[in-house]
Amino acid sequence: MVETKNIDYTKHVLTPKHIKMDEKEIEELLSKYNISKKQLPRILREDPAIAEMDLKKGDIIKIIRKSETTKEAIYYRVVID
Amino acid sequence: MIENYKEKIPAPLLDKYLKLTKDMKLTKDQEKKILDKLEKEYNNAKIAPGESIGVITAESFGEPGTQMTLNVFHFAGVAEVQVTLGLPRLIELFDARKTVSTPAMEVFLDKKYSDNQATVKKVAALIKETKFREVVSSFSINVLNLQVECELNKKNIRDLKIKEDEIVEALNKGLKGVNVKLVNKGDSIVLKPNSEELKDVYKLKEKAKDVFVRGIPGVTQVLPVMQGNEFVILTAGSNLKEVIKIPEVDETRTKSNNMFEMHDVFGIEVARNNIIEEAQKVIQNQGLDVDIRHIMFIADIMCATGEIKGITRSGITGEKESVLARASFETPIKHIIDASLVGEIDTLNSVIENVILNQPVPLGTGLPGLVVKMAGEVENEKSTRSNKK
Repeated sequence: MVETKNIDYTKHVLTPKHIKMDEKEIEELLSKYNISKKQLPRILREDPAIAEMDLKKGDIIKIIRKSETTKEAIYYRVVID
Repeated sequence: MIENYKEKIPAPLLDKYLKLTKDMKLTKDQEKKILDKLEKEYNNAKIAPGESIGVITAESFGEPGTQMTLNVFHFAGVAEVQVTLGLPRLIELFDARKTVSTPAMEVFLDKKYSDNQATVKKVAALIKETKFREVVSSFSINVLNLQVECELNKKNIRDLKIKEDEIVEALNKGLKGVNVKLVNKGDSIVLKPNSEELKDVYKLKEKAKDVFVRGIPGVTQVLPVMQGNEFVILTAGSNLKEVIKIPEVDETRTKSNNMFEMHDVFGIEVARNNIIEEAQKVIQNQGLDVDIRHIMFIADIMCATGEIKGITRSGITGEKESVLARASFETPIKHIIDASLVGEIDTLNSVIENVILNQPVPLGTGLPGLVVKMAGEVENEKSTRSNKK
């Protein structure tokens, strides 16, 4: 255990793809579902899966999950502190 | 042809369609007819807006729950690590208990080591938490010299591949103010306390037994098993954060059954998948069948805030906006008193508070309100009014 090892915490088999959305995409998303950011599910900024990304409060993360029922499912989470 | 339907029909359904019609020589017209029909059926099978899916999910878990085993002590196979299964485990999962009753890990090794039995054994020994009492065959107290004499268990030491010096080092670290000496050519260890009282020597003997020698704290049992064509180390006790630091361990596949550990180490999405996997394991193990959509729904709700919230009064139920909804779940008086002290307002937006007040609930046909489209300008309004008169 003396040797140190570089661990990439975003590479776990259960981690889906996390993508930061740009302003235009966010606007499209919010108007498509007619919701505000407050109504979206949340994700902590220090979450290991997004810790490396340059994010601020209120950014929206697009998550592409593998799903048994639809192969790919898209989920959104808003970054909170 | 198929491309036009990719947006409308989910991929697994389309795959099934392609598989079934592979050998049939269909004309374009026939294909279109089938796909249109498929799309229609798919849309019919969707849950309608306003359907109370929460209640459906609760029922879907409740009924099989009555058939689950209530016995906590079960072994998942012969000579394996003991795991809690059945209803107690399911309750533990959905309540999001911080401590799991039988913590366990599945430790995968990097592909290059995982089929080598010797390496697997070595890593397993490294992971297991070893206390001083496991490397000692007998403790004895020398009353004359006021010291503890510990005869080392050579066989265990060989099996665990520990060096005697390592043990001495660990003892020096674990016991403060004690003189540790290796005697008899490394066959036994003598512990001599600074104190001159016999009482302290007795205390030292008990304390020394629990000195941590090597391994990962919390892992009490290790068991390498063959899974497919590689070895996997199953453990009792878990400490995910430390295990993945071992160089041979494959951190991308190693899992714990404690969702909070998974959340801390890998993030909320992994925790969600972990909840789904664990719940499915319980249900399948009992020979029952609950649709995965229900499990996904519960996992989504538990993880919606970015942290794991159980389905308890301190978890998601405690975060409901309505006072009456919270009061109707558990400890009603506490909630009503707290709400009245700060003058909380209940906007009666949800189901349970409207049931209490005997009003239509916003569910199914009670959900939509009447929307009137105002036609034309204000002048027209006047004219329509006059027309009515």
